[in-house]
Amino acid sequence: MKGPSGIERKLSKYGYIFILPFLLTYLAFQLWPIIYTILLSFSDLKGLRADFTLIGLENYKKLITDKYFWEAIQNTGIVWFFNFVPQLGIALLFALWFTDDTLKIKYKGIFRTIFYLPNLLSAASVAMLYRSLFAYPVGPVNSFLTSLGIWSTRVGENGQIIQEAFNFFRSVPMTRGIVSYIQWWLWTGSTLILLIAGIVGISPSIFESAMIDGANKTQRAWYITIPLLRPMMLYLLITSMIGGMQMFEIPFLLTDMRGGPDYKIRTMMVYFYNTAFQGGNNYAYGAAISVGIFIITLILAVIIFFMMRERQTKVTE
Amino acid sequence: MNKNYKLSASLSRLGVYLFMLIITLLVVIPIYLMLINATRSNAQINEGISFIPGNNTINNWKNLTNRNFQITQGFGNSLFLAVTSTIIIVYFSALTAYALHVYKFKLKNFMWALILFTMMLPGALSFIGFYQFVARLKLLNSYIPLIIPGIAAPAVVFFIKQYFSSTLSFELIDAARIDGAGEFYTFNMVVLPVIQPALATQAIFSFIGSWNNFMTPFILISDPKKATLPMLVQMLRGDIYRTEYGSIYLGIAISLIPIIIFYSFASQFIIAGISMGSIKE
Repeated sequence: MKGPSGIERKLSKYGYIFILPFLLTYLAFQLWPIIYTILLSFSDLKGLRADFTLIGLENYKKLITDKYFWEAIQNTGIVWFFNFVPQLGIALLFALWFTDDTLKIKYKGIFRTIFYLPNLLSAASVAMLYRSLFAYPVGPVNSFLTSLGIWSTRVGENGQIIQEAFNFFRSVPMTRGIVSYIQWWLWTGSTLILLIAGIVGISPSIFESAMIDGANKTQRAWYITIPLLRPMMLYLLITSMIGGMQMFEIPFLLTDMRGGPDYKIRTMMVYFYNTAFQGGNNYAYGAAISVGIFIITLILAVIIFFMMRERQTKVTE
Repeated sequence: MNKNYKLSASLSRLGVYLFMLIITLLVVIPIYLMLINATRSNAQINEGISFIPGNNTINNWKNLTNRNFQITQGFGNSLFLAVTSTIIIVYFSALTAYALHVYKFKLKNFMWALILFTMMLPGALSFIGFYQFVARLKLLNSYIPLIIPGIAAPAVVFFIKQYFSSTLSFELIDAARIDGAGEFYTFNMVVLPVIQPALATQAIFSFIGSWNNFMTPFILISDPKKATLPMLVQMLRGDIYRTEYGSIYLGIAISLIPIIIFYSFASQFIIAGISMGSIKE
């Protein structure tokens, strides 16, 4: 690197000019809102009032003992987990199949194109679509199940067995399953594309030398592809987790906007919305919840990062 | 030995195709049922699943729009917001990325670190502050807070900066300077045309992101005339549509069809864009 010449110094002025719009907007609409959120989380701002006083750690004390908040964390975790594990598993299987030259799978391109489509659709509309598809008592899913002779059964008052259509959104496991499924439906195509890109990026000479050493297909997948994909999978895990923490539209619009049935799909973001923008409009407590969401995300990201790093060093040793 | 191997290979190929078919159906059927049911009457929908369109589209449209449900207005609003935000996001991100790539100045490394750091932050962290700030500026029910923040889009700056590193030659910029072009002119007339592929990729994702954005407009906008399409679709949950299944499907379809049509033309380009972004990390 050369030292700055006269011309370069003159040009550096343009660096500041060109960056100014970004910087001003960033300060006003990103940095300041974050600081303001943190400030408000120590306040009592709620309802229609515009003024607030700082009340110290009250909101955080409440947050730590708030069983609804802990339940929201649990709900988010469960729904995210049952979306992410099949998402990564199925995307990985397809990525391995599609990059396996001996299998010679056709129609890969068109399949990948179709599978990615849901990722581009509006989550609000998708939530409404699945709400309609799983409607009770008549909806396409119930029509399909009854045509197969599958009914929901329950025991009536006089002990007789009643057969009826499934009321999906009254059942906690079914509703959670539907939310996880929709998230899976939205994201697996995208994960597949990234995994394929990751595998294609691995140098072919590694596979060739393994083949010469007599490694079979499973061994190559298990000992070469998957370990070398670890950085990509780490990236997918962390982005999916950060995204999962923000899960909002689907659990919000699928049922009653409060995470029903029995608040069991009330994710952290739905709880945040319910607290700050519905009912009593408790902005201050909402701010504390969002700081809480941030801290949890941070802790999990750090844990994952170090776990992965430790395993990596163990492997190289 | 060889025969056995071939047999097992074609068996596993069959399994893969079967799996591919199932997943294709899982993606296609919900969308297809939505389109079909948008054309059917309530009575037909109550009868069960059909894969043949009905003839009730016009009635569904009337039922959808005669309850003060301004879907054409919402469509226009969403389109306006998506187009303006896209232009703003792409132009200013390119400008910022250009500054970070071409010029040497003191704040440069700090800015780059700031951009990387912000990309990691969950959006929820700024939400209450953003809402309160916008409310205090008396900009609730205005499109300004939905458009202007796009000037600072760290992820887009990141992407375009990476693209600059791999494609933009300094000779080109120097040649323009020797010809007497000003810095601003060079950026607009010489550099922007060169990076069109990156701009197009980011424009597509910005457009779709804005078109689909639900939470921010839902919280900031309460004037029904300014409602965006996802906000209107959300209203279909309400009691007045309780039994108008066909109309509900039609409303959902109207919000999804433009993206599906667009995707069917640009899918190659979009998928290349995703892979491109990932490899450069």
